[in-house]
Amino acid sequence: MAEDLSKTPLDALHRELGARMVPFAGYEMPVQYSAGVMKEHLHCRAAAGLFDVSHMGQVILRPRSGDLADAARALETLVPQSVLALKEERQRYGLFTDDEGGILDDLMIANRGDHLFLVVNAACKACDIAHMRAHLSDACEVEPVEDRALIALQGPAAEDALDALAPGARDMSFMDVTTLESGFGDLWVSRSGYTGEDGFEISVASASAEEFARALLAHENVAPIGLGARDSLRLEAGLCLYGNDIDRTTNPVEANLLWSIQKARREGGERAGGFPGAGAILARIADGPERLRVGLLPEGRAPMRQGTELFADEHDDTPIGAVTSGAFGPSIERPLAMGYVAIDQSALGTKLWGAVRGKRLPVTVAAMPFRPATYKR
Amino acid sequence: MKFTEEHEWLRPEDDEENVVTVGITEHAAEQLGDLVFVELPEEGKTVAKEDEVVVIESVKAASDIMAPVDGEIIEVNTALEENPALVNEDPLGAGWFFKMRVADMADLDALMDEAAYKKFI
Repeated sequence: MAEDLSKTPLDALHRELGARMVPFAGYEMPVQYSAGVMKEHLHCRAAAGLFDVSHMGQVILRPRSGDLADAARALETLVPQSVLALKEERQRYGLFTDDEGGILDDLMIANRGDHLFLVVNAACKACDIAHMRAHLSDACEVEPVEDRALIALQGPAAEDALDALAPGARDMSFMDVTTLESGFGDLWVSRSGYTGEDGFEISVASASAEEFARALLAHENVAPIGLGARDSLRLEAGLCLYGNDIDRTTNPVEANLLWSIQKARREGGERAGGFPGAGAILARIADGPERLRVGLLPEGRAPMRQGTELFADEHDDTPIGAVTSGAFGPSIERPLAMGYVAIDQSALGTKLWGAVRGKRLPVTVAAMPFRPATYKR
Repeated sequence: MKFTEEHEWLRPEDDEENVVTVGITEHAAEQLGDLVFVELPEEGKTVAKEDEVVVIESVKAASDIMAPVDGEIIEVNTALEENPALVNEDPLGAGWFFKMRVADMADLDALMDEAAYKKFI
């Protein structure tokens, strides 16, 4: 493997656990362990899975004034979310947009009292940090967190496993964030994740990360899960993967992420606009999108992979859309996909045709998530 | 038993002359990961060596299984259509793909035996 790939603090543990390591976003990451993608996926839904997501970027925005509202106001110039209304010890999903209304990255934004804590995608983190430094430095210190690992613990047994090591985890609700004391130092914990399961994302000092991961894995219900199952889990949950389902060519409205743009930032809201691409995005909200990201359920067992062209009629020549993520869903026991389709073909239940290996196979526009989320509200 | 560089195995049938059963090796099944879809050829189809005859999809990606030699597909393992995981569970047994009547059994001589295949992987 190329030598310029980075390793996470759990690298040695992955290898010991029999992981197959692959290059991903500049890191060597475990794609699967010996159990394999299917069993890992099902284990996460039935018990609990431990994911190393240390490749993702952790960034602190610290207001120079000492007033968090100044950092929140500054960040609102880069994202269409309401950051000012985000209460202390709460987190929300956000988007960095570009001047055309495309999506530069998706991220989590947490209010941790005297600072904002962001988690951004691995492949985008260098750009995101440069982007924030260029635009927010007057109001905030932009501090990449280089000395902490990030571990996701997901599934119905996650609460018990974490609470045993970090008392208080049990008392958190979905999208709460807090600092929990543990034998592994302070843990920065959010009750969230990217699998559709109840669970946590935990930032832990790199020096303690392996010991902490081993302690979690010692719990009878916790097993390590690789990126392969992370992908099928997030797809069943209807969640976007940056670079597949959203990117600079997709607008948040057509990406079906309008829910993430609070009223305060929309037309008529108290802080309407004021983010990159606001004109394009607000116009798209007013006029409606021309295409929409939808869930797709292929008939039969053949998966429809990324890039599969979609047609309104079995014999049409011109596609009305394409699949952006497609796989087999181990929990729903059938293939599933998401993709963009023309708005007049986007209603639930619309029957379309996907071109798979030269054949047209039927596929139906379906509601997401494909499997109900089990978040602890 | 014979093996190809594409990680297929061929087992000559004792009771039927010129007939081999074809599947993929344990090594291939492990590398592919869990299979979720198998598309089998029609029985009676005449195939040439390296024709793509079976499509398989694992949790990760689609791949093709090629005809290891010239011949005719005479039987396919339809159990795989309902349960592709058989390939992972028992690649050398219940996970076989098809039986074919080989045009020229001498073609098998060019393939690897088990020792050579083990060295190959």
